[in-house]
Amino acid sequence: MMMRKGVCISALGTAAMMAVVLLMAGSLDVAVKAQSVAPAAAEVKIDNFSFAPATLTVAVGTAVTWTNRDDIPHTVVSTDDPRAFKSKVLDTDEKFSYTFTKAGTFPYFCSVHPKMTGTVVVK
Amino acid sequence: MDRKTGNKNIVHDHNGDGIDRRGFLECMAWAGTGALCVMQGGVLKSFSMSRMGEFDAKKMAGELSFVQISDSHMGFNKPANPDVTGTLKAAVDKINGLATPPEFMLHTGDISHLSKPDEFDTVDQILKGASTKDVFFVPGEHDVLNDDGKQYLERYGKGTKGGGWYSFDKKGVHFIGLVNVLNLKAGGLGTLGHEQLEWMEDDVKHLKSSTPIVVFAHIPLWSVYPEWGWGTDDSSQALAYLKKFGSVTVLNGHIHQTMQKVEGNVTFHTAMSTAFPQPQPGSAPSPGPMKVPDDQLRKVLGITAVNYVRGQHALAVVDSTLG
Repeated sequence: MMMRKGVCISALGTAAMMAVVLLMAGSLDVAVKAQSVAPAAAEVKIDNFSFAPATLTVAVGTAVTWTNRDDIPHTVVSTDDPRAFKSKVLDTDEKFSYTFTKAGTFPYFCSVHPKMTGTVVVK
Repeated sequence: MDRKTGNKNIVHDHNGDGIDRRGFLECMAWAGTGALCVMQGGVLKSFSMSRMGEFDAKKMAGELSFVQISDSHMGFNKPANPDVTGTLKAAVDKINGLATPPEFMLHTGDISHLSKPDEFDTVDQILKGASTKDVFFVPGEHDVLNDDGKQYLERYGKGTKGGGWYSFDKKGVHFIGLVNVLNLKAGGLGTLGHEQLEWMEDDVKHLKSSTPIVVFAHIPLWSVYPEWGWGTDDSSQALAYLKKFGSVTVLNGHIHQTMQKVEGNVTFHTAMSTAFPQPQPGSAPSPGPMKVPDDQLRKVLGITAVNYVRGQHALAVVDSTLG
Protein backbone atom coordinates (compact mmCIF):
# COMPACT_ATOMS: atom_id res chain seq x y z
CA MET A 1 0.00 0.00 0.00
CA MET A 2 2.81 2.33 0.91
CA MET A 3 4.43 1.63 -2.40
CA ARG A 4 1.28 2.40 -4.27
CA LYS A 5 0.86 5.67 -2.45
CA GLY A 6 4.42 6.58 -3.31
CA VAL A 7 3.76 5.89 -6.95
CA CYS A 8 0.71 8.03 -6.82
CA ILE A 9 2.55 10.96 -5.28
CA SER A 10 5.33 10.55 -7.75
CA ALA A 11 2.88 10.57 -10.67
CA LEU A 12 1.22 13.70 -9.35
CA GLY A 13 4.57 15.33 -8.96
CA THR A 14 5.50 14.52 -12.56
CA ALA A 15 2.23 15.92 -13.80
CA ALA A 16 2.77 19.12 -11.85
CA MET A 17 6.28 19.47 -13.18
CA MET A 18 5.10 18.90 -16.71
CA ALA A 19 2.45 21.57 -16.26
CA VAL A 20 5.07 24.02 -15.08
CA VAL A 21 7.25 23.20 -18.06
CA LEU A 22 4.31 23.67 -20.42
CA LEU A 23 3.45 27.01 -18.84
CA MET A 24 7.03 28.16 -19.22
CA ALA A 25 7.11 27.03 -22.83
CA GLY A 26 3.86 28.92 -23.44
CA SER A 27 5.14 32.16 -22.03
CA LEU A 28 8.43 31.78 -23.82
CA ASP A 29 6.56 31.31 -27.06
CA VAL A 30 4.52 34.48 -26.49
CA ALA A 31 7.62 36.41 -25.55
CA VAL A 32 9.40 35.38 -28.75
CA LYS A 33 6.40 36.35 -30.91
CA ALA A 34 5.95 39.70 -29.20
CA GLN A 35 9.57 40.56 -29.90
CA SER A 36 9.56 39.81 -33.63
CA VAL A 37 6.01 40.99 -34.49
CA ALA A 38 5.67 44.41 -32.86
CA PRO A 39 3.28 46.03 -33.54
CA ALA A 40 1.17 42.90 -33.96
CA ALA A 41 -1.98 44.60 -35.18
CA ALA A 42 -3.17 47.69 -37.02
CA GLU A 43 -6.56 49.00 -38.09
CA VAL A 44 -8.10 50.70 -41.10
CA LYS A 45 -11.56 52.25 -40.78
CA ILE A 46 -13.92 52.51 -43.72
CA ASP A 47 -15.97 55.68 -43.33
CA ASN A 48 -17.77 57.83 -45.89
CA PHE A 49 -16.54 55.75 -48.82
CA SER A 50 -12.88 56.07 -47.89
CA PHE A 51 -10.13 54.10 -46.17
CA ALA A 52 -8.52 55.76 -43.16
CA PRO A 53 -5.61 55.94 -43.02
CA ALA A 54 -5.35 55.82 -46.80
CA THR A 55 -1.71 54.78 -46.45
CA LEU A 56 -0.81 52.54 -43.51
CA THR A 57 2.79 51.58 -42.70
CA VAL A 58 3.35 48.43 -40.65
CA ALA A 59 6.06 45.93 -39.78
CA VAL A 60 6.29 42.50 -41.39
CA GLY A 61 3.94 40.09 -39.63
CA THR A 62 1.31 42.69 -38.75
CA ALA A 63 -2.33 41.70 -38.94
CA VAL A 64 -4.31 44.57 -40.46
CA THR A 65 -8.04 44.69 -39.76
CA TRP A 66 -10.46 46.74 -41.85
CA THR A 67 -13.84 47.67 -40.33
CA ASN A 68 -16.72 48.94 -42.47
CA ARG A 69 -18.53 51.73 -40.63
CA ASP A 70 -20.67 52.82 -43.61
CA ASP A 71 -24.34 52.01 -44.24
CA ILE A 72 -23.24 50.56 -47.58
CA PRO A 73 -21.23 47.37 -48.14
CA HIS A 74 -17.61 47.59 -49.24
CA THR A 75 -14.77 45.20 -50.06
CA VAL A 76 -11.01 45.23 -49.52
CA VAL A 77 -9.27 43.85 -52.62
CA SER A 78 -5.58 43.88 -53.54
CA THR A 79 -4.91 45.48 -56.92
CA ASP A 80 -1.86 43.29 -57.54
CA ASP A 81 -1.95 40.51 -60.09
CA PRO A 82 -2.25 37.91 -58.68
CA ARG A 83 -4.22 39.48 -55.85
CA ALA A 84 -2.39 39.40 -52.50
CA PHE A 85 -5.69 39.45 -50.60
CA LYS A 86 -9.42 39.76 -51.24
CA SER A 87 -12.20 40.13 -48.69
CA LYS A 88 -15.77 38.98 -49.01
CA VAL A 89 -18.24 41.84 -49.09
CA LEU A 90 -18.32 43.62 -45.72
CA ASP A 91 -21.68 44.82 -44.52
CA THR A 92 -21.96 47.50 -41.82
CA ASP A 93 -19.58 46.83 -38.87
CA GLU A 94 -18.13 43.71 -40.48
CA LYS A 95 -14.36 43.21 -40.44
CA PHE A 96 -11.66 41.72 -42.62
CA SER A 97 -8.14 40.84 -41.42
CA TYR A 98 -5.01 40.00 -43.35
CA THR A 99 -1.52 39.37 -41.99
CA PHE A 100 1.27 40.83 -44.07
CA THR A 101 4.15 38.36 -44.04
CA LYS A 102 6.34 40.04 -46.66
CA ALA A 103 7.80 43.52 -47.01
CA GLY A 104 6.52 45.63 -49.87
CA THR A 105 3.84 48.08 -51.00
CA PHE A 106 0.34 46.64 -51.25
CA PRO A 107 -2.23 48.84 -53.03
CA TYR A 108 -5.88 47.85 -52.66
CA PHE A 109 -9.37 49.15 -53.48
CA CYS A 110 -13.07 48.53 -52.91
CA SER A 111 -14.20 46.44 -55.88
CA VAL A 112 -17.78 47.73 -55.39
CA HIS A 113 -16.73 51.41 -55.35
CA PRO A 114 -13.39 51.46 -57.21
CA LYS A 115 -12.82 55.15 -56.49
CA MET A 116 -12.02 53.99 -52.96
CA THR A 117 -8.31 53.14 -52.84
CA GLY A 118 -5.70 52.60 -50.14
CA THR A 119 -2.17 51.28 -49.61
CA VAL A 120 -0.44 49.19 -46.97
CA VAL A 121 3.34 49.65 -46.81
CA VAL A 122 5.05 46.73 -45.07
CA LYS A 123 8.62 47.29 -43.80
CA MET B 1 -39.95 74.41 -58.68
CA ASP B 2 -36.95 76.51 -59.45
CA ARG B 3 -34.54 74.03 -60.94
CA LYS B 4 -31.74 76.52 -61.40
CA THR B 5 -31.72 77.78 -57.83
CA GLY B 6 -32.14 74.27 -56.53
CA ASN B 7 -29.05 73.04 -58.27
CA LYS B 8 -26.49 75.76 -57.93
CA ASN B 9 -23.89 73.41 -56.58
CA ILE B 10 -23.62 71.44 -59.82
CA VAL B 11 -22.77 74.43 -62.00
CA HIS B 12 -19.07 74.16 -61.39
CA ASP B 13 -17.32 71.83 -63.76
CA HIS B 14 -14.60 69.76 -62.06
CA ASN B 15 -14.20 67.41 -64.90
CA GLY B 16 -13.36 69.38 -67.98
CA ASP B 17 -15.44 66.80 -69.81
CA GLY B 18 -17.05 69.27 -72.16
CA ILE B 19 -20.53 68.72 -70.78
CA ASP B 20 -22.78 71.65 -71.42
CA ARG B 21 -23.74 72.42 -67.83
CA ARG B 22 -26.22 75.05 -68.91
CA GLY B 23 -28.13 72.62 -71.08
CA PHE B 24 -27.76 70.08 -68.34
CA LEU B 25 -29.51 72.38 -65.88
CA GLU B 26 -32.28 73.35 -68.22
CA CYS B 27 -33.88 69.96 -68.09
CA MET B 28 -32.92 68.47 -64.80
CA ALA B 29 -35.17 67.63 -61.94
CA TRP B 30 -34.14 66.64 -58.46
CA ALA B 31 -35.67 63.82 -56.51
CA GLY B 32 -39.00 64.63 -54.99
CA THR B 33 -40.03 67.28 -57.46
CA GLY B 34 -41.26 65.23 -60.40
CA ALA B 35 -40.59 66.36 -63.91
CA LEU B 36 -41.96 65.74 -67.32
CA CYS B 37 -39.59 65.80 -70.23
CA VAL B 38 -40.85 65.63 -73.77
CA MET B 39 -38.56 65.27 -76.73
CA GLN B 40 -39.87 66.39 -80.07
CA GLY B 41 -37.71 66.86 -83.12
CA GLY B 42 -34.62 66.51 -80.97
CA VAL B 43 -35.59 69.37 -78.67
CA LEU B 44 -36.28 68.38 -75.13
CA LYS B 45 -38.56 70.43 -72.95
CA SER B 46 -39.00 70.04 -69.25
CA PHE B 47 -42.02 70.91 -67.16
CA SER B 48 -42.76 70.36 -63.54
CA MET B 49 -45.47 67.86 -62.65
CA SER B 50 -47.66 70.72 -61.42
CA ARG B 51 -48.11 71.75 -65.06
CA MET B 52 -49.21 68.32 -66.18
CA GLY B 53 -52.72 69.66 -66.71
CA GLU B 54 -51.47 71.62 -69.71
CA PHE B 55 -50.86 68.41 -71.60
CA ASP B 56 -53.29 66.31 -73.54
CA ALA B 57 -53.18 62.97 -71.75
CA LYS B 58 -54.20 61.08 -74.89
CA LYS B 59 -51.37 62.59 -76.89
CA MET B 60 -48.96 61.71 -74.11
CA ALA B 61 -50.08 58.11 -74.08
CA GLY B 62 -47.97 56.72 -76.85
CA GLU B 63 -47.93 53.49 -78.78
CA LEU B 64 -45.41 52.09 -76.39
CA SER B 65 -45.48 52.71 -72.67
CA PHE B 66 -43.08 51.17 -70.23
CA VAL B 67 -41.82 51.82 -66.73
CA GLN B 68 -38.35 52.02 -65.28
CA ILE B 69 -37.73 51.15 -61.65
CA SER B 70 -34.32 51.10 -60.01
CA ASP B 71 -32.24 50.50 -56.90
CA SER B 72 -34.65 48.41 -54.82
CA HIS B 73 -31.74 47.48 -52.47
CA MET B 74 -33.77 44.64 -50.97
CA GLY B 75 -32.15 43.74 -47.65
CA PHE B 76 -31.16 47.31 -46.75
CA ASN B 77 -32.40 48.05 -43.22
CA LYS B 78 -30.61 51.19 -42.06
CA PRO B 79 -32.26 54.43 -40.81
CA ALA B 80 -32.49 55.91 -44.32
CA ASN B 81 -35.28 53.37 -44.93
CA PRO B 82 -35.94 50.45 -42.56
CA ASP B 83 -38.75 49.19 -44.84
CA VAL B 84 -37.51 48.81 -48.42
CA THR B 85 -40.07 46.03 -48.92
CA GLY B 86 -42.89 48.47 -48.17
CA THR B 87 -41.58 51.14 -50.51
CA LEU B 88 -41.06 48.63 -53.35
CA LYS B 89 -44.65 47.51 -52.87
CA ALA B 90 -45.69 51.17 -53.00
CA ALA B 91 -43.79 51.50 -56.30
CA VAL B 92 -45.73 48.53 -57.70
CA ASP B 93 -48.99 50.16 -56.55
CA LYS B 94 -47.89 53.33 -58.32
CA ILE B 95 -47.22 51.38 -61.52
CA ASN B 96 -50.60 49.68 -61.29
CA GLY B 97 -52.24 53.08 -60.93
CA LEU B 98 -50.69 54.64 -64.05
CA ALA B 99 -53.22 56.07 -66.51
CA THR B 100 -51.48 54.21 -69.32
CA PRO B 101 -50.67 50.64 -68.25
CA PRO B 102 -47.05 49.89 -69.11
CA GLU B 103 -46.29 46.96 -71.39
CA PHE B 104 -43.22 46.00 -69.44
CA MET B 105 -40.77 47.12 -66.79
CA LEU B 106 -37.07 47.84 -66.88
CA HIS B 107 -35.18 47.34 -63.62
CA THR B 108 -31.88 49.21 -63.82
CA GLY B 109 -30.08 47.31 -61.10
CA ASP B 110 -29.29 47.07 -57.40
CA ILE B 111 -32.21 44.72 -57.14
CA SER B 112 -30.66 43.40 -53.91
CA HIS B 113 -28.48 45.06 -51.30
CA LEU B 114 -26.07 42.18 -50.60
CA SER B 115 -26.67 39.71 -53.49
CA LYS B 116 -28.44 37.31 -51.11
CA PRO B 117 -30.81 34.76 -52.67
CA ASP B 118 -33.70 35.70 -50.38
CA GLU B 119 -33.30 39.36 -51.34
CA PHE B 120 -33.74 38.51 -55.03
CA ASP B 121 -36.64 36.20 -54.14
CA THR B 122 -38.45 38.99 -52.27
CA VAL B 123 -38.11 41.43 -55.16
CA ASP B 124 -39.32 38.82 -57.66
CA GLN B 125 -42.32 38.11 -55.44
CA ILE B 126 -43.26 41.80 -55.06
CA LEU B 127 -42.87 42.51 -58.78
CA LYS B 128 -45.33 39.70 -59.50
CA GLY B 129 -47.95 42.05 -58.07
CA ALA B 130 -47.47 44.47 -60.98
CA SER B 131 -50.02 44.65 -63.78
CA THR B 132 -47.27 43.82 -66.24
CA LYS B 133 -45.32 40.61 -65.70
CA ASP B 134 -42.49 41.35 -68.13
CA VAL B 135 -39.39 42.70 -66.42
CA PHE B 136 -36.06 43.33 -68.15
CA PHE B 137 -33.13 43.58 -65.77
CA VAL B 138 -29.56 44.81 -65.81
CA PRO B 139 -27.35 44.26 -62.75
CA GLY B 140 -26.13 46.87 -60.28
CA GLU B 141 -22.90 46.44 -58.35
CA HIS B 142 -24.91 45.19 -55.36
CA ASP B 143 -26.25 42.28 -57.44
CA VAL B 144 -22.85 40.84 -58.36
CA LEU B 145 -21.07 40.83 -54.98
CA ASN B 146 -18.76 37.91 -54.13
CA ASP B 147 -19.37 35.83 -57.29
CA ASP B 148 -18.72 38.20 -60.23
CA GLY B 149 -22.38 37.98 -61.15
CA LYS B 150 -22.83 34.20 -61.48
CA GLN B 151 -25.99 34.12 -59.38
CA TYR B 152 -27.38 37.15 -61.19
CA LEU B 153 -26.84 35.44 -64.56
CA GLU B 154 -28.52 32.25 -63.37
CA ARG B 155 -31.57 34.21 -62.24
CA TYR B 156 -31.92 36.97 -64.82
CA GLY B 157 -29.44 36.28 -67.58
CA LYS B 158 -31.20 33.70 -69.77
CA GLY B 159 -30.51 34.48 -73.40
CA THR B 160 -28.07 37.27 -72.59
CA LYS B 161 -24.46 37.63 -73.67
CA GLY B 162 -21.28 37.92 -71.57
CA GLY B 163 -22.00 39.42 -68.17
CA GLY B 164 -25.71 39.78 -68.97
CA TRP B 165 -26.03 42.28 -71.82
CA TYR B 166 -28.72 41.91 -74.51
CA SER B 167 -31.04 43.76 -76.84
CA PHE B 168 -34.66 43.40 -77.92
CA ASP B 169 -37.24 45.22 -80.02
CA LYS B 170 -40.67 46.49 -79.02
CA LYS B 171 -42.95 48.23 -81.50
CA GLY B 172 -40.08 49.51 -83.58
CA VAL B 173 -38.01 50.71 -80.62
CA HIS B 174 -34.65 48.99 -80.12
CA PHE B 175 -33.73 48.39 -76.46
CA ILE B 176 -30.15 47.69 -75.37
CA GLY B 177 -29.44 46.49 -71.82
CA LEU B 178 -25.80 47.04 -70.83
CA VAL B 179 -23.70 45.82 -67.89
CA ASN B 180 -21.20 48.31 -66.44
CA VAL B 181 -20.69 46.93 -62.92
CA LEU B 182 -18.29 44.02 -63.55
CA ASN B 183 -14.47 43.92 -63.54
CA LEU B 184 -14.20 47.40 -62.06
CA LYS B 185 -10.65 48.72 -61.93
CA ALA B 186 -9.04 50.44 -58.94
CA GLY B 187 -9.51 54.19 -59.17
CA GLY B 188 -11.91 53.86 -62.09
CA LEU B 189 -15.62 54.28 -62.83
CA GLY B 190 -18.17 51.91 -64.32
CA THR B 191 -16.82 49.76 -67.16
CA LEU B 192 -18.44 48.21 -70.23
CA GLY B 193 -15.34 46.47 -71.52
CA HIS B 194 -14.07 45.54 -74.95
CA GLU B 195 -16.19 42.42 -75.47
CA GLN B 196 -19.46 44.21 -74.71
CA LEU B 197 -18.57 47.22 -76.84
CA GLU B 198 -17.80 44.97 -79.82
CA TRP B 199 -21.12 43.22 -79.35
CA MET B 200 -22.93 46.54 -79.19
CA GLU B 201 -21.28 47.88 -82.34
CA ASP B 202 -22.45 44.78 -84.16
CA ASP B 203 -25.90 44.90 -82.58
CA VAL B 204 -26.77 48.35 -83.92
CA LYS B 205 -24.95 48.09 -87.26
CA HIS B 206 -27.94 46.72 -89.16
CA LEU B 207 -30.50 49.17 -87.74
CA LYS B 208 -31.91 52.10 -89.69
CA SER B 209 -30.93 55.50 -88.37
CA SER B 210 -34.62 56.29 -87.86
CA THR B 211 -34.94 53.50 -85.28
CA PRO B 212 -35.52 54.95 -81.82
CA ILE B 213 -32.94 53.57 -79.40
CA VAL B 214 -33.32 53.08 -75.66
CA VAL B 215 -30.15 52.12 -73.77
CA PHE B 216 -30.45 51.08 -70.12
CA ALA B 217 -27.67 50.33 -67.64
CA HIS B 218 -27.11 50.73 -63.92
CA ILE B 219 -24.30 53.29 -63.56
CA PRO B 220 -24.87 56.50 -65.57
CA LEU B 221 -23.37 56.40 -69.05
CA TRP B 222 -22.51 60.06 -68.76
CA SER B 223 -20.18 61.87 -66.44
CA VAL B 224 -22.53 62.86 -63.61
CA TYR B 225 -19.93 63.16 -60.85
CA PRO B 226 -16.76 61.11 -61.32
CA GLU B 227 -15.50 62.06 -57.85
CA TRP B 228 -18.20 59.75 -56.50
CA GLY B 229 -17.81 57.18 -59.24
CA TRP B 230 -20.95 58.39 -61.01
CA GLY B 231 -19.94 57.72 -64.58
CA THR B 232 -18.66 55.00 -66.92
CA ASP B 233 -15.07 55.02 -68.18
CA ASP B 234 -15.73 53.76 -71.70
CA SER B 235 -19.26 55.05 -72.26
CA SER B 236 -18.13 57.49 -74.97
CA GLN B 237 -17.24 54.52 -77.16
CA ALA B 238 -20.74 53.07 -76.72
CA LEU B 239 -22.32 56.43 -77.52
CA ALA B 240 -20.16 56.75 -80.63
CA TYR B 241 -21.93 53.69 -82.06
CA LEU B 242 -25.26 55.50 -81.61
CA LYS B 243 -24.33 58.74 -83.42
CA LYS B 244 -26.28 57.88 -86.57
CA PHE B 245 -29.57 57.51 -84.73
CA GLY B 246 -31.99 60.41 -84.50
CA SER B 247 -33.48 59.44 -81.17
CA VAL B 248 -31.44 57.91 -78.35
CA THR B 249 -32.67 57.71 -74.77
CA VAL B 250 -30.30 56.51 -72.05
CA LEU B 251 -31.91 55.33 -68.80
CA ASN B 252 -29.74 54.77 -65.72
CA GLY B 253 -30.04 54.31 -61.94
CA HIS B 254 -27.30 54.12 -59.30
CA ILE B 255 -27.44 57.73 -58.06
CA HIS B 256 -30.88 57.50 -56.39
CA GLN B 257 -32.16 60.81 -57.76
CA THR B 258 -33.47 62.10 -61.05
CA MET B 259 -31.16 63.96 -63.34
CA GLN B 260 -31.38 64.70 -67.00
CA LYS B 261 -29.09 65.93 -69.71
CA VAL B 262 -29.46 66.37 -73.44
CA GLU B 263 -26.47 66.11 -75.71
CA GLY B 264 -27.23 66.27 -79.40
CA ASN B 265 -29.57 63.41 -80.24
CA VAL B 266 -29.10 61.73 -76.87
CA THR B 267 -31.24 62.24 -73.80
CA PHE B 268 -29.77 60.93 -70.54
CA HIS B 269 -32.03 60.27 -67.60
CA THR B 270 -31.48 58.77 -64.15
CA ALA B 271 -34.29 57.33 -62.05
CA MET B 272 -35.12 57.61 -58.38
CA SER B 273 -34.55 54.60 -56.14
CA THR B 274 -37.42 52.72 -54.56
CA ALA B 275 -35.30 52.31 -51.39
CA PHE B 276 -33.47 55.45 -50.21
CA PRO B 277 -32.25 58.79 -51.57
CA GLN B 278 -28.63 59.79 -52.05
CA PRO B 279 -27.25 63.33 -51.73
CA GLN B 280 -26.82 65.76 -54.60
CA PRO B 281 -23.34 65.50 -56.11
CA GLY B 282 -20.72 67.00 -53.82
CA SER B 283 -23.26 68.12 -51.21
CA ALA B 284 -22.20 65.55 -48.60
CA PRO B 285 -18.96 63.88 -47.51
CA SER B 286 -19.94 60.74 -49.41
CA PRO B 287 -22.68 59.37 -51.67
CA GLY B 288 -24.02 57.15 -48.86
CA PRO B 289 -27.74 56.80 -48.03
CA MET B 290 -29.37 60.09 -47.08
CA LYS B 291 -31.70 60.17 -44.09
CA VAL B 292 -34.70 62.44 -44.61
CA PRO B 293 -37.61 62.99 -42.18
CA ASP B 294 -39.89 59.92 -42.19
CA ASP B 295 -42.81 61.83 -43.71
CA GLN B 296 -40.57 63.01 -46.56
CA LEU B 297 -39.15 59.63 -47.56
CA ARG B 298 -41.76 58.68 -50.15
CA LYS B 299 -41.37 62.10 -51.74
CA VAL B 300 -37.82 61.23 -52.75
CA LEU B 301 -38.47 57.68 -53.96
CA GLY B 302 -40.27 56.87 -57.17
CA ILE B 303 -40.68 55.36 -60.58
CA THR B 304 -40.16 56.55 -64.16
CA ALA B 305 -42.75 56.10 -66.88
CA VAL B 306 -41.75 56.39 -70.54
CA ASN B 307 -44.07 56.86 -73.51
CA TYR B 308 -43.03 56.60 -77.13
CA VAL B 309 -45.23 57.96 -79.90
CA ARG B 310 -44.42 56.77 -83.39
CA GLY B 311 -44.59 59.38 -86.14
CA GLN B 312 -44.41 62.25 -83.68
CA HIS B 313 -40.90 61.07 -82.95
CA ALA B 314 -41.60 61.88 -79.34
CA LEU B 315 -40.36 60.23 -76.22
CA ALA B 316 -41.83 61.33 -72.92
CA VAL B 317 -40.10 60.57 -69.66
CA VAL B 318 -42.20 61.15 -66.55
CA ASP B 319 -40.87 60.74 -63.02
CA SER B 320 -43.37 60.32 -60.23
CA THR B 321 -42.73 59.97 -56.53
CA LEU B 322 -44.27 57.37 -54.24
CA GLY B 323 -45.85 59.91 -51.91
